[in-house]
Amino acid sequence: MKVVLQHLTKIFPSRNKKDPNGEVVAVNDFNLEIPDGKLIGLLGPSGCGKSTTLFMISGLEAPTGGKIFFGDDDVTSLSPENRGIGLVFQNYALYPHMTVQQNILFPLQNLKGENRLSKEEMLVRANEVAKLVQIDEYMNRKPSELSGGQQQRVAIARALVKMPRVLLLDEPLSNLDARLRLQTREEIRRIQRDTKITTIFVTHDQEEAMSISDYIVVMKLGVVMQTGKPQWVYDDPANLFVAKFLGTPPIDVLSGCVVGEKLYIGEECVLDVKGVEDQDVYVGIRPEGFTLNDKGRLTCAVSGIDVMGRDISIVSTHPASINPLIRSIISSDEIGKIHDGVAKFDLKEHKVFLFNKETEERVYFGKQVEAHEAMVAQMKEEGEFYSAHEGPLPREADDKIRANAPVAEKKSFFTKIKDILPKKKAPESAPEEEQAPAEQQEGQEPQEAIPAEDGEKTESKE
Amino acid sequence: MDQKKNQWKAWLYLLPTIVLLLIFTVWPIFNTIRMSLLKNYDSARELGGMTFEFGFSNFTAVAQYSGFLTCLGNTMLLTVITVPISTMLALIIAVALNSIKWLKKVFQTIFFLPYVTNSIAIGMVFMTMFQMIGDAPNYSSIGIINTIIEAFGGTRINWVNAGSNYWANMGVLIIYIVWNALPFKILVLLGGLQGVNKQYYDAAKVDGASRLRIFWRVTVPLLSPMIAYVVITGFIGGFKEYSSVVGIFNENMGPVGAPRSLNTMVGFIYDNINTNQGRASAAALILFAIIFAVTMINLYVSKKRVHY
Repeated sequence: MKVVLQHLTKIFPSRNKKDPNGEVVAVNDFNLEIPDGKLIGLLGPSGCGKSTTLFMISGLEAPTGGKIFFGDDDVTSLSPENRGIGLVFQNYALYPHMTVQQNILFPLQNLKGENRLSKEEMLVRANEVAKLVQIDEYMNRKPSELSGGQQQRVAIARALVKMPRVLLLDEPLSNLDARLRLQTREEIRRIQRDTKITTIFVTHDQEEAMSISDYIVVMKLGVVMQTGKPQWVYDDPANLFVAKFLGTPPIDVLSGCVVGEKLYIGEECVLDVKGVEDQDVYVGIRPEGFTLNDKGRLTCAVSGIDVMGRDISIVSTHPASINPLIRSIISSDEIGKIHDGVAKFDLKEHKVFLFNKETEERVYFGKQVEAHEAMVAQMKEEGEFYSAHEGPLPREADDKIRANAPVAEKKSFFTKIKDILPKKKAPESAPEEEQAPAEQQEGQEPQEAIPAEDGEKTESKE
Repeated sequence: MDQKKNQWKAWLYLLPTIVLLLIFTVWPIFNTIRMSLLKNYDSARELGGMTFEFGFSNFTAVAQYSGFLTCLGNTMLLTVITVPISTMLALIIAVALNSIKWLKKVFQTIFFLPYVTNSIAIGMVFMTMFQMIGDAPNYSSIGIINTIIEAFGGTRINWVNAGSNYWANMGVLIIYIVWNALPFKILVLLGGLQGVNKQYYDAAKVDGASRLRIFWRVTVPLLSPMIAYVVITGFIGGFKEYSSVVGIFNENMGPVGAPRSLNTMVGFIYDNINTNQGRASAAALILFAIIFAVTMINLYVSKKRVHY
């Protein structure tokens, strides 16, 4: 079943009636076409509106505006039970007092009228689904007697047993440990392939979404940032947020500028960028986009080398880097090219993305322009819906607060005391220090924190 | 060494409680058992140096005494009728209270009022609502309940006055006890309901369960530990029913002309406490045995029925 979301918007009213600015736009003008029989991952940091979107599709939340279509049916005003959906909750919501079998039978027992099945039919259906998710051995156990992964599968079976048109999963893997997570995501992939039910799942883990989705939707603050096949979104991010959100280890971001179709990082001209106007840019370089070369134009001070067998990861620093460290992955054969703690890198053109410093939107250059157009054309041909965010990018809510709040209020107790006490020395340097991190935080640090952490977590678990 | 020292400390801290428990709980229990086994026991005469014959005569006397059977019957009847009614009502009210947002606090306050009022005083209010004042048949005033009945074209009922029917009396008692028992039950069940994860209801909604099915298949099982608790305490409270009867019918424990007709077990114990302490003790122990047995049955049933 094809699922179409048109201008879907959800605004939560302000808690405090007197404060009209308190309302929260959880989902903002969401447009998406989900092709039939695909597995779609809604991906974004916490609070980006992905779960709200899922609950609107399920019917548990009513949208403030916009429409939802299943196939050609407008289901916007239908109640959840009439939409033909199966929903798997983050904590499974299995009824603790019922056995696995009773849990799976529950949706069937609610069917009315001509849809009503006989007891034998119900049992046959329940057994079929239990076999599909491989929990048929545990039919007479209570949920509390099952492991997390088994409970998850019971929840999926309960959602599948009434043969939904669309299967929705809310953070299906977040309650599982690392090993089970890997196993269960393959399981979800397999079940989706077997049943061919259009499946939408929500996750904040980019690796999880990339590994099993046919199609991912990256969201930030209720706005779709980019949609597409995982690999394509990774290879061709539409803006800085998407580039930073996808990838483990995360993308390295440096500050640079384009002058005369040449890209400068600091004083060094690192790359020719055809067709780009002069501007300040963020330079995003994938960790695999570096090659060591004695004549390389990007010079970094090496602070550590992690050997990971086939590859090595070079941890280095550069004054223009936005992150404290630059992480690059190169073949272990090239380790000899590091001399005196200095690594000289050449950059692979297709792994380097430029983003305008003001808008944070992608600036395509050279061959990237054609590659991008070819990709969009191919997606259209395959009946998929390419969308990338246009217009000004949404900023974190706290950015606004930071921008609006008078500086005096931000001062901590201790700085206030310092103000009162007679100043001792170097008062000029203090305001500079305060400003610098504030500038950096604006729009960047909050975004970056999540993927970076996630990346490291998954890495260490594996 | 160290542990021993600490143990001393522990006992020292526990001492006030232990002393109080020994004086006010353990000793009275033992004394009750002792008194129940002495024929025609009287503490004043015991102080005078009198000794009493040992045996089970108090128990046989209590069992043969016709007043006792009335008391036992009344108590049983009240308990068996009021506990299920008040539990069902409390459950329905708790679910309703939990699902409304508008005026929730107002309704909560109204339903919790009986909990903070004195049961004797409210019993007297109930009596006023049901009784008729003046000489039959020309009453100077009739209670509000009969006024309402007449307003709807019914004939007035002699609820609590002289010559009133036993079942009319019982009806008033049942209404009063149920009303009085509701707040605590609502409080416990509402607390339980608020602890139920909302996702169970979302899941049931997605699965297309009707409200009634959600109530029976989701709410009641998930609340079953609270329901069991409320039922068990309800039974215990029901067997100790006393003040409601006093409130409505005063210490005569019955309408004018039929004293003691509505007496309860606790009432029987109080009646005997001055005249025959041995018999009162025996009755108290019988009551204890009944409550113990019923609670055991309750626990046994709830173990099978209460989920998780």
